[in-house]
Amino acid sequence: MSFLIDNFVELTVTGLVLGAVYGLVALGYTLVYGVLQLINFAHSEVWMFGSFAAVWVTVAIGLAPGSALPAVVGVLLLALLAAMAMSGGIALLLERVAYRRLIRLDAPRLVALISAIGASFALAELMGLRDRVAGWFGLEDTLAPYVSSARDNTRFRNPLDTEGVFTVGGYTVSNVDLIIIISALLMMVALDQFIRRTRTGSGIRAVAQDSEAAALMGVNRARVIRATFLVGGVMAGAAALLYLMRFGVTRWNAGFLLGVKAFTAAVLGGIGNVRGALLGGFILGLAENYGSALVGSQWRDVVAFLLLVVILLFRPTGLLGESLGRARA
Amino acid sequence: MRFSVKTGAPLLAMALALTACGTSGGDDEPSANGGEAGSCEDIAIGYFGALTGAAANLGINIRNGVELAVQQFNEENPDCEVALEEYDSAGDPNQATGLATQAIGDEDVIGVVGPAFSGESDTAGPIFAEGELPTISASATNPALSENGWDTFHRILGNDASQGPAAATYIQDVLQSDSVFVVDDASAYGAGLAEIVEEDLGDAVVGTDTIQTGQTDFSATIAAIRDSGADAVFFGGYYAEAGLLVEQMRRGGVDATFVVADGVKDPGFIEAAGDAAEGTIITCPCLPPEESDEFFQAYEEAFGTAPATYSAEAYDAANVMLQGIAEGNTTRESLLEWINEYDGEGITKEVSFDETGEVQNISVWAYAVKDGEIVADQEIETD
Amino acid sequence: MTQGKASPETSPGVARSRAWGPRLGWDRGALARRVTRLPRSVKWALIGVLVVLLYALPLLELPIISTPDTDFGAVLFTVASYVLVALGLNIVLGYAGLLDLGYVGFYAVGAYTVAVLGSLQAQLSWWLLIPLAVIITTISGILLGAPTLRVRGDYLAIVTLGFGEIIRLTALNTEWLGAAKGITGVPRPPSVDLFELPHLEWEGATALIDLDDTTTFLSFGVADQAPYYWLALTVIFVVLGADRMMRLSRIGRAWEATREDEDAAELMGVPTFRFKLLAFATGAFIGGLSGALFASRQGFINPESFLLLLSILFLAAVVVGGAGNRYGVILGAIVVAYLPERFRGFEEWRLLVFGLALLLLANFRPQGLLPPRRARRAQAVDEQIDSMEEGKVRA
Repeated sequence: MSFLIDNFVELTVTGLVLGAVYGLVALGYTLVYGVLQLINFAHSEVWMFGSFAAVWVTVAIGLAPGSALPAVVGVLLLALLAAMAMSGGIALLLERVAYRRLIRLDAPRLVALISAIGASFALAELMGLRDRVAGWFGLEDTLAPYVSSARDNTRFRNPLDTEGVFTVGGYTVSNVDLIIIISALLMMVALDQFIRRTRTGSGIRAVAQDSEAAALMGVNRARVIRATFLVGGVMAGAAALLYLMRFGVTRWNAGFLLGVKAFTAAVLGGIGNVRGALLGGFILGLAENYGSALVGSQWRDVVAFLLLVVILLFRPTGLLGESLGRARA
Repeated sequence: MRFSVKTGAPLLAMALALTACGTSGGDDEPSANGGEAGSCEDIAIGYFGALTGAAANLGINIRNGVELAVQQFNEENPDCEVALEEYDSAGDPNQATGLATQAIGDEDVIGVVGPAFSGESDTAGPIFAEGELPTISASATNPALSENGWDTFHRILGNDASQGPAAATYIQDVLQSDSVFVVDDASAYGAGLAEIVEEDLGDAVVGTDTIQTGQTDFSATIAAIRDSGADAVFFGGYYAEAGLLVEQMRRGGVDATFVVADGVKDPGFIEAAGDAAEGTIITCPCLPPEESDEFFQAYEEAFGTAPATYSAEAYDAANVMLQGIAEGNTTRESLLEWINEYDGEGITKEVSFDETGEVQNISVWAYAVKDGEIVADQEIETD
Repeated sequence: MTQGKASPETSPGVARSRAWGPRLGWDRGALARRVTRLPRSVKWALIGVLVVLLYALPLLELPIISTPDTDFGAVLFTVASYVLVALGLNIVLGYAGLLDLGYVGFYAVGAYTVAVLGSLQAQLSWWLLIPLAVIITTISGILLGAPTLRVRGDYLAIVTLGFGEIIRLTALNTEWLGAAKGITGVPRPPSVDLFELPHLEWEGATALIDLDDTTTFLSFGVADQAPYYWLALTVIFVVLGADRMMRLSRIGRAWEATREDEDAAELMGVPTFRFKLLAFATGAFIGGLSGALFASRQGFINPESFLLLLSILFLAAVVVGGAGNRYGVILGAIVVAYLPERFRGFEEWRLLVFGLALLLLANFRPQGLLPPRRARRAQAVDEQIDSMEEGKVRA
């Protein structure tokens, strides 16, 4: 207990950083759930592909550490764009391949879950076998920096050096910590505004509330669904870069665990609720850190899941309730 | 009629798919085993371990080591081609049962390098013993494995009980540290090793924590390390988590010496940790690779990557068997005898096995990470 | 992926609900009618042949069906234990409509009971261990179900997922339960060596009896997996019988009512919570039984045998087969457990191929390989109700 109190600031800041990543990935689950009431199981792979896009951009540019700030910012922005484009693209591909037919047929929701699970296996394995795929085209040597050790960790060479910014309660908050927490909050606000104010956003809300009425009112449901997947994917891409800045490595199967955690965060905050996703992420990140400090790291997931169960028993639809636009009865 | 076609089509498609991969599987074997009919026709050694799944990275290292040995052997002995059978267990004890049964049923297979992990060894071991199929594991380090009375069991590396005390000795005698923080990854390998180190260090242990494999955020553990004021951290586990842990430690301002064991002796550790890997001490029951530069180059040429954790051990294990085959031991029984009596120079150590199948005369070396390379530091003398 | 002439007649709106009934369901109408019309004696003879064939599978070593790259008996046992699990999960998901993503937890409790009380902490006899495993798993099902079943719909999915992980992590981090090292020396079923059965050997299309390759009838050893398969198959037949009786009883109807509309069922006097708990406990019972058999076949268990991934595969088995139809989920379990082993010819691509196979099955057989009869009958009605109410799981 005294350990928790002595290191409270450190555990809180690092918990928030982790929570910000959870929250951004959780947005993808929450948006799709809000609109379609489907658990998009393959969203973790959307994130994973984004993380590789970010890595590949930095490998291609090969900026030396300690370069001038404008160059660093430029590279990071390019990596961000690449990750967002890759994740958005994979999310659209998923919608096309794993969901569109089932949505059109109005198939049982569980079937869509299985379809997504199949897609998730295939995507993860594809990334784990990328050296072999390159081999088909005889490109394994040309593409070696991108495809070698496909089953292993791939490192993101962060062009930005970690530096302390200020010290609070014995912990030096770093520039990376600040960037991650602030970007997550900013993106959250931007997404919230997007859903509230734009035409596409109101389309998303309309379909989430009542898909058939929305269709009668002239909302193009198919387009709204695509937009939802795209937005969720882009957010996952951003989360991928932030994750890499903090944790530095990715891997073909890194998505699975993160996906489970992010989905937990989404449920914790109230699935279908955009603000709830980030709140759920933060709470989950903090709970994992505080829990580890209290009872040991081996119990961190147990603490997180127990917290989830307790919250759901008292608030059966999550902390903020499930709503994408309005509370559902 | 329309319905019957509709229901029939998927079945037909599935049957076709099965036939297709049935035939492709069937085609593979003759082409691998056959070719020129030499003096040792239809002889194969197996690789048993993960090639898919979460542990595939370690398994591929081992398979590559075996494959290289087999390739070199076949080039030198064109009249005695030995095939390599792969048993991809994904590291899963359940799949291992069927594969081990398959292996003992395949009369061509007279020796197996593996099983790669302790868990699958527990289920596959008794089956190999029943099939009298000799095995040499290049990576399973649970000490209890050799105590099951399986005649066929061998391992070509020191188990946790030999390596743990060496790591503890190094920490106490060389680093002269009296405050050590011990972390493990809750795997059979990491937890077993950490337990031994913890016991040997006794009062010098100022704190412990257990992480999970696959975990990426270690902030709570790092806060605990800093809080304990330890000047050395021992981590029992594999390189994937070790890389992340030391990177986050250094970033979090903890500069305690990072001490790890052979599961981390891998380029992947430096890949994951980057500059933070610098100064890490890695203990390994393997000789420094002076004479094995040849191996290093051949490996890199064959697979495009540097040899990694357990590749060299796998290469040694396969060579023990291949030398036996070259000497005419082409049955399981005679090969087992050959292995039991083997005494020769491998690239990782002097190889000979005691009656339980443990490799003898293990010398544990300390390696250090310098300028992004894992270089030999010194031999660790234990009493 | 090409969809072919997926659905020309599908137009948005209500029309589609009627259109996809016959197209998506596995229409067994023709075949089923023909079989029903057969005289009773022929029917029984057919069933008898099928049963004998199932028992004989590991001896027949049939080409194409047998797995060339791994032991077929072991695969058959794995398939049988998946079938058993799928039957259990089918009660929870298919009959009562509860989405359980932590089903592997019960499988683990069953396996751990046998291993801990049979080897690590006590050396009870196998005959005592199996009932104990089943009882303890059922109790754990009730203990977990009592608080969680008040949570509805997809929230239940994540709560059960959490419990499944908690069970695994507890085993992983508790020395008393063997921790990461796992538990060795799990007792095997007692052997009664009666006689030897030869296997067949195939040369092209001709079968030869291979007298060198034999299975000792009911010798539960380490290498020959066939006796374990026979044991599991027998258990499956017993469970199938019990399943059928439950389904046709008042309990089955109460489950169906709860699944279709919980509030309406409650209003009509069905104590839905108690029936949901009963479904959960029955599911746990069967899952624990399967886990217990798994542990005693394997002789060794560790926490890695009970990963979350397994829960997902179990779920896939039930949904791909057709939740709510016991024969459908059997087929689904066969697909999920057998294909990855049969696909070994694809080497490291086999999981990719398996993922694509799941994707294709879900997209082109959305009702499952064998959908429950009710699903086809009530298709059109369901469609409309479904669009009106949300948050419920449907078979």
